[in-house]
Amino acid sequence: MATRTIAGKTVQVNDEGFLTVPGEWTKEIAIEIAKEEGIAELAANHWKIIEFSRQDASASGKSPTLRRITTGTGISTKDLFALFPKGPAKKVARIAGLGKPEGCV
Amino acid sequence: MKKLVILGAGTAGTMVANRLSHLLDMSEWKITIVDQYETHYYQPGFLFIPFEMYSKNDVIKPKRDFIPAGVELIMSPIDVIEPEQNRVKLVKDNRILNYDFLVIATGAKINPEQTTGLQEHEWHKSIFDFYTIEGAVALAKHLRNWKGGRLVLNVVENPIKCPVAPLEFLMLADWFFQKQGMRERVDITYATPLPGAFTKPIAARYLGDILDQKGVKVETEFMIEHVDPDAKKIVSYDEREIAYDLLVSVPLNMGDPVIARAGLGDELNFVPVDQHTFLSPKYSNLFVLGDAAAVPTSKAGSVAHFAVECFAENFVRYTDGLELLPTFDGHANCFIESGFGKGLLIDFNYDVEPLPGRYPLPGAGPFTLLQESEVNHWGKMMFRWMYWNILLKGQELPLPARMSMAGKWH
Repeated sequence: MATRTIAGKTVQVNDEGFLTVPGEWTKEIAIEIAKEEGIAELAANHWKIIEFSRQDASASGKSPTLRRITTGTGISTKDLFALFPKGPAKKVARIAGLGKPEGCV
Repeated sequence: MKKLVILGAGTAGTMVANRLSHLLDMSEWKITIVDQYETHYYQPGFLFIPFEMYSKNDVIKPKRDFIPAGVELIMSPIDVIEPEQNRVKLVKDNRILNYDFLVIATGAKINPEQTTGLQEHEWHKSIFDFYTIEGAVALAKHLRNWKGGRLVLNVVENPIKCPVAPLEFLMLADWFFQKQGMRERVDITYATPLPGAFTKPIAARYLGDILDQKGVKVETEFMIEHVDPDAKKIVSYDEREIAYDLLVSVPLNMGDPVIARAGLGDELNFVPVDQHTFLSPKYSNLFVLGDAAAVPTSKAGSVAHFAVECFAENFVRYTDGLELLPTFDGHANCFIESGFGKGLLIDFNYDVEPLPGRYPLPGAGPFTLLQESEVNHWGKMMFRWMYWNILLKGQELPLPARMSMAGKWH
């Protein structure tokens, strides 16, 4: 497993840059990864989604689907795409330090 | 008498009734099964109707014919499930069914009304589904007179019933239009929310290559926001547009509204259960089988079949006071019809994605995994007979319920 240093902290990542240990995540890391994903600044609604996703993943063991995020936060899919443009499920998971969302078979 | 109530007499519910009426001592048990519709549909056959391989009569039989003697069948909609009180209220005669154990097998269905523009004035005119008998028959009629143009197949959101059906539809469409001598007048596009042709990487690569060879364009990560039925285009959340002349949609799949009314479901009305035993984490006498369950495997009859086999034996143990064993491994196997009298086969479970190789089966096989062959096509065609005559009746197929690695290349 590869490691990299983000926001001054060394964390384990997979080959697509997803953190593999959710406990190594910090808010500072989220801010750095968000910049890599083209989001210059994380606003209140970004954080609401990130926090919901982390809570949901700690209960279920997997990254939430878009529908789960919209149902759980009350933020619409349209807004979700505005906040995390192009592939919000993947971007949210990466910024929130969770695994890549898996499609069901 | 101990009371078992089964909600839903589709594929899973019917198989549960049949298996358990064999396995349980029926002098001690009363089994009741509830459904609101008289007709049992062979749903895998819907795919073949638009291409005139099957007609409506090939896919329908009365549900009653498959319910074993000694099991009570009640035809009624379900009003409400009250798991705290161990009872179900039915609409018909306001009847109340008390139970010791409940099996929910209410399935999944399409919800086209959840996507703006889909089920409006162009529904079943230039926009069709093939997951209902009405949609499949309407599309067959439409294709008979269609002169060609842009055919777009769109999956709204996953999970869907039978995740390989859209791929089969595309491959059969390629074959069908070639047979009609009009393939060069048809442009076929697949717009999918997935990052590739299929969910799992190895199968996605094999199937993606086959679609490419058949001249099907794939538009990936396309999350539909709305349909514009007048301008005839679909628009994604990231504002990509795909124009069509004929749109075939796989609308959002959801569990039955009765699940939401009971407070048992997730955001799509599917019921979370233990993925190896199907027991509810909330109620120790409530199981969910078939498409109604929120488990990370395919929503498909083959899964329901393997699942019911594991469940039925486990249920007998459980009601004798033993603990449930984690027997179900997520096993699924599906024939994938690819046109020109050929097909593929995939075989997988929770842990092992579909792999290439051979699937050994004495007498009929070996079938080829992830590769086209004629034997797979015949396997698929034989399957309808097996479904009506063996599977639904809960008789044993010579297939192991748990997945085997024999023959797989890995």
